Amino acid sequence: MSSYEYRHYPYVRPAELDGPGPRRPVVIVGAGIAGPTLALLLSTRGVPALVLDDDDTVSLGSRSICQAKHSLETWDRFGIAARMVEKGITWEQGEVYLRDSAIYRFNLQAEPGHKFPAFVNLQQYYVEEYLYERCRAEPLIEMRHRNKVVGLAPHDDGVTLTVETPDGAYTLETEWLVACDGVRSPVRHMLDLPFPGEIFHDQFLIADIRLAGDMPKERRFWFYPPFHPTNSVLLHRQADDILRVDFQLGRDADPEEEKKPENIDRRLRLMFGPEARWEHEWSSVYTFTCRMMERFVHGRTIFAGDAAHVVSPFGARGGNAAVADADNLAWKLARVVKGESPPGLLDSYCEERQAASRENIRQSTRSTDFITPKFEASRVFRDATLSLARDFPFARALINSGRLSVPTTQAGSPLDTPDADSDWTGGPAPGRAMIDAPLGNNGWLVERIGPDFTLLSFGDVGEGSAGVAVLKVDCSGLPAARYDARPGTTYLIRPDRYVAARWRRYDLDAAQAALARATGR
Amino acid sequence: MEGQLRRTLNLAKPDDIYNALVDAHKGLSDEECRAFDARLMLLLVNHIGDEAVILEALREAAL
Repeated sequence: MSSYEYRHYPYVRPAELDGPGPRRPVVIVGAGIAGPTLALLLSTRGVPALVLDDDDTVSLGSRSICQAKHSLETWDRFGIAARMVEKGITWEQGEVYLRDSAIYRFNLQAEPGHKFPAFVNLQQYYVEEYLYERCRAEPLIEMRHRNKVVGLAPHDDGVTLTVETPDGAYTLETEWLVACDGVRSPVRHMLDLPFPGEIFHDQFLIADIRLAGDMPKERRFWFYPPFHPTNSVLLHRQADDILRVDFQLGRDADPEEEKKPENIDRRLRLMFGPEARWEHEWSSVYTFTCRMMERFVHGRTIFAGDAAHVVSPFGARGGNAAVADADNLAWKLARVVKGESPPGLLDSYCEERQAASRENIRQSTRSTDFITPKFEASRVFRDATLSLARDFPFARALINSGRLSVPTTQAGSPLDTPDADSDWTGGPAPGRAMIDAPLGNNGWLVERIGPDFTLLSFGDVGEGSAGVAVLKVDCSGLPAARYDARPGTTYLIRPDRYVAARWRRYDLDAAQAALARATGR
Repeated sequence: MEGQLRRTLNLAKPDDIYNALVDAHKGLSDEECRAFDARLMLLLVNHIGDEAVILEALREAAL
């Protein structure tokens, strides 16, 4: 049924089956989006990682399809983002329809001058394939497929794992365990940790199809379309000429009936008309939950991605948050493993990513409430908003069919040094993600941020480096405008491309102090 | 807590506006009334724009 050819990655008999192996600094459970991304980010900082995965292939089904700019910038560090852009569908336009007419068009990235687009649609199996390939080429990363964690014992200074393979079970010692094992996280269950949150009862049908003929590139969202008059429909294009159609089915639909190919075909026939031809790629009837763990760090076990938090799919906040988790965690964990920072630095991973997760849940719950109103007055305001949207531009801004993932603000993080200068009128404040800009013949700003902290300075600022990489940029053009820069303006950029501090002058003492604060020293 | 929300008369012809408001609902079913009121509220809320005033009105209007 699928046009994607699933590769099977070889199982190799682990040496530990024949005797105890070395204690590992970091073991990652799960080879979805978060796990391999984290392994790669650790390897750029010289920290080896062992990735354990219970199967031997990539994501079954397209699942997470919208890869956001910030995620692409992360993957670009490993040279795989260009491939994703090339293979995927770049889209910046979206259209919202009410019944049979378009009421609203939006453009996600109206301004030029960024290396990556706002979004690239690419099926999760391609993302994982490119990540696996890159991991397999990296000497510091070992991927073990068909290695399933079935037991774990936490200690003060590490975790003992029991791992099952086709050849039997073995024991593994690790200083740090990172659970990237998905929404049903076996590690979370083994530690008996709660996963509180809200359950939503509306059902949705995803039909990924290959449609013959021309296909729209923009995202389309319909409220009450003629072909599905009681609910909403979302249409999105993916690589390989595949369309994702997402039908809202309501609370009372029978999932077994809806899954039947003839019933899916009947819905698609109404949507695409009597002449259309398609083949099925993947389909799924789903409901969703919004949940977040009370803490992401439990002793020497750390949770990331869907294992730690889940949201509704509206807004592309699942896979992209997993990448952001990996980005936030990797440099901190590397510093702790190498003894450069105390383990307490990892508390900031929990604090910052929980703040991001709350924001993602808040945003996605608002979208969900707009798309599937939970009580009558909510539906009345939703429909009133839609009915005003064609004639009143303000109402278009209220239509919430998914507020698409952008880097969350970590305002108030203890790692950040608040602004001391009061004359900032723009630019990313501490706690915000850095902004890309073109550097003429020198490529792009985001490419120039290395695996460690960077002092980004505008104009000729003088000598000295405070022990970190210094990136000097002309105080002109888009870079200066986007950073509200004057000659001397200096930003301290974290390895995850967030701003830790900024000053109006190049002050190495201030930079040292901000660096110490940002690294938990 | 009293804030920015106007509590004294702000209408030159209060009876006219009051009756226009009521008359606009004449002949509407309950469901149509709710839809009409929601449209009206959205139009007015956006026109007012001042978030503090809107939030104060939401508190004061609570039953």
